[in-house]
Amino acid sequence: MPQQLNITAATAEPALLDLPWHLPLEDWPSENIAALPKGLSRHTVRFAHLNDHVIAIKETLFDLAKREYEMLRKLEKLDVPCVEPFAIINNRTDAAGNDLPAVLITRHLKFSLPYRAMWSQGLRDQTAKRLVDALALLLVRLHLIGFFWGDVSLSNTLFRRDAGKFAAYLVDAETGQLYDSRLSNGQRENDLEIARVNIAGELMDLLASGKASDIDPNAISQRIVDKYHELWKELTAVEVFDASEKWRISRRVQRLNELGFDIEELSMVSDEAGHTVKIQPKVVDAGHHARRLLLLTGLDVEENQARRLLNDIDQFKLSHARPGADEEVLAHQWLSEVFEPVVGAVPSKYTGRLEPAELFHEVLEHRWYMSEKQGGDVELIDAVRSYVSDILANRRDEEALIGSLTTDSISLAEPVPTGLIVVADDDEEGDWRDKV
Amino acid sequence: MASVTFKGATRLYPGGTTPAVDKLNLEVADGEFLVLVGPSGCGKSTSLRMLAGLEEVNEGGIYIGDREVTDVPPKDRDIAMVFQNYALYPHMTVAENMGFALKIAGVSKEERAERVLEAAKLLDLEPYLNRKPKALSGGQRQRVAMGRAIVRKPQVFLMDEPLSNLDAKLRVSTRTQIASLQRRLGVTTVYVTHDQVEAMTMGDRVAVLKDGLLQQVDSPRNLYDTPQNVFVAGFIGSPSMNLVQLPIVDGGVQFGDAVLPISREILAKASGSKITVGIRPEKLSVAEKGLEVDVDVVEELGSDGYLYGRAQLDGTEQNVVVRVDAINHPKAGDKIHLISEPNAVHLFDVESGARLN
Repeated sequence: MPQQLNITAATAEPALLDLPWHLPLEDWPSENIAALPKGLSRHTVRFAHLNDHVIAIKETLFDLAKREYEMLRKLEKLDVPCVEPFAIINNRTDAAGNDLPAVLITRHLKFSLPYRAMWSQGLRDQTAKRLVDALALLLVRLHLIGFFWGDVSLSNTLFRRDAGKFAAYLVDAETGQLYDSRLSNGQRENDLEIARVNIAGELMDLLASGKASDIDPNAISQRIVDKYHELWKELTAVEVFDASEKWRISRRVQRLNELGFDIEELSMVSDEAGHTVKIQPKVVDAGHHARRLLLLTGLDVEENQARRLLNDIDQFKLSHARPGADEEVLAHQWLSEVFEPVVGAVPSKYTGRLEPAELFHEVLEHRWYMSEKQGGDVELIDAVRSYVSDILANRRDEEALIGSLTTDSISLAEPVPTGLIVVADDDEEGDWRDKV
Repeated sequence: MASVTFKGATRLYPGGTTPAVDKLNLEVADGEFLVLVGPSGCGKSTSLRMLAGLEEVNEGGIYIGDREVTDVPPKDRDIAMVFQNYALYPHMTVAENMGFALKIAGVSKEERAERVLEAAKLLDLEPYLNRKPKALSGGQRQRVAMGRAIVRKPQVFLMDEPLSNLDAKLRVSTRTQIASLQRRLGVTTVYVTHDQVEAMTMGDRVAVLKDGLLQQVDSPRNLYDTPQNVFVAGFIGSPSMNLVQLPIVDGGVQFGDAVLPISREILAKASGSKITVGIRPEKLSVAEKGLEVDVDVVEELGSDGYLYGRAQLDGTEQNVVVRVDAINHPKAGDKIHLISEPNAVHLFDVESGARLN
């Protein structure tokens, strides 16, 4: 009964009440459901339209929903890439008065893709590696703020395109714990081991489904461990050098900037005799390029996109430099003369296909290929036209990917009514030993 | 398989003043099912995480068998954290789902098949090895998830509130499954829960913790029959034991208008003029004389019932619970007198809370 519903939400959205909460999520009519691809989930998860946006709804126990909602809010405040918690609904009952599970609602992250959605484009080894790199970076960021995930996997992550790479967002915080103190090495290693095994399993499952072929689950799952350690070392290692080599301080700062981090706090200790200096970054903050671009242009984009756009602004500055013009003025000129015309040249029917910054990146890439082929410079406006007609027109919408993509859900915790189980004649062909 | 030993293991969080786990001494025998139980913040999960290698040990040590593992990374400890969050992969068969972690660990194909078959037999999953998880029931899926941990053949299983994301009904059936499976496997298991009923029904022995300190470790029977202090007395048992402070009089303690007889030797051990007396709900009965109680409500449970009432002691109101006959019992609003069965009282020092009898 709707009047018994108990809704906890950060923003009041009356349209929430119009959704069929008296039905189990599995039975929701198709007009309410947005068919988005999703990862593997233990719970029933479905997407629904709410006004002009899409929400993800997960059926779970009330206590778990509450805990996860609060955890996601904390992570949001700590500026970690994660999905935005939207509401919790409990006290659900069906028409006959039977209890229904509570639900946790999160906002669907625009232009994000679950790793399984890469299927339709054929998940290649390179793509899988980039996904894992993005996940390694996310895990490092989470560990830096004291968050132990407990269930790191590709399924529990969403990916946004980021200038040829990916940016990873945490989706499922159900098993997570936020600690006031730093995480122990054991906790970090345990998260990594969970990640390694889960990623291997997810990729083996992709291979078994026949949707991917040229990937090596072993190598790719090991990659997260290596990438993570590499990054963790850069961000946290103590560096000792001779007092005469003070340039190594700025080199360390620069190296972290290149990796996309700013140093907020650096500990610097010299020995008593003043011969050696010991430095260690204490507080680092991701988003070095994104912050700089935001400051210069007001564009809020992913880190690699920002890197790409800043490079283009640098190019623009070279050709438009004039005495007395400062960086911000030139950046705004670039925005109105370069970026906005490119984005504006895209017909409105295609605007849902890619984020503006990603589109700009692809146009730049496209221009580069065109120049290579033609052996000479190509005007940006020509590159945009060619890109729109040859490439963008053939792409799918990714703002809220809706279509007939396979959705998979397998619930572990929920009992299945025995009457529905077909236990006969569904063995796979061949001996199980051949596959194990 | 191996034993597990905590030797004075202490965990003090940076910036904290009291340890989350304080000098824990605990031995878990080879093959034993030990449950760590206590209220939130008691140190049970921290203790388990210390054993798993997820928390630093600031003092003391942890041993698996004869091997000290205090500073060994988690993945080299030969333990398996079992949790409900295992994903099942829809395109892989049950056998593949159970065995894939062995594959990435480099275990040979023959060995993988052998271990998967062995685990499947234990879990009654042998007929389903060549099926996809979709064709399985909820319970079977959970067993597949357990299988993933079993095929690794760890020395110790660790479980941290594994049933917390299940609804009440499934929790009871899964509880039974885990306990019986552990007995069949005979693998040393340390299990954490905040639920004393879960602890009492599953463990060979139960360790009760509070504020980072081990209160008592014993069989469920002994914890129930001879709790070593007031905390354990109140924590173990449902409904809880009645605990009241009563004045010492000649030959015993004053219980309403009756005297509960207590030997002189025990009375002499008490540090003050009162004793904390604990009586289980099933050991109290209605009598002519005794503690006067106003009956608030009687819950009828079919086979028996529980009477909830209030007694006045030293001018303060005390809640009292009594197990009563399912049909012939006092009614709400009645005034009754209660007396305890002889030799059924638990006596604790008011100051220290330690058991006196």
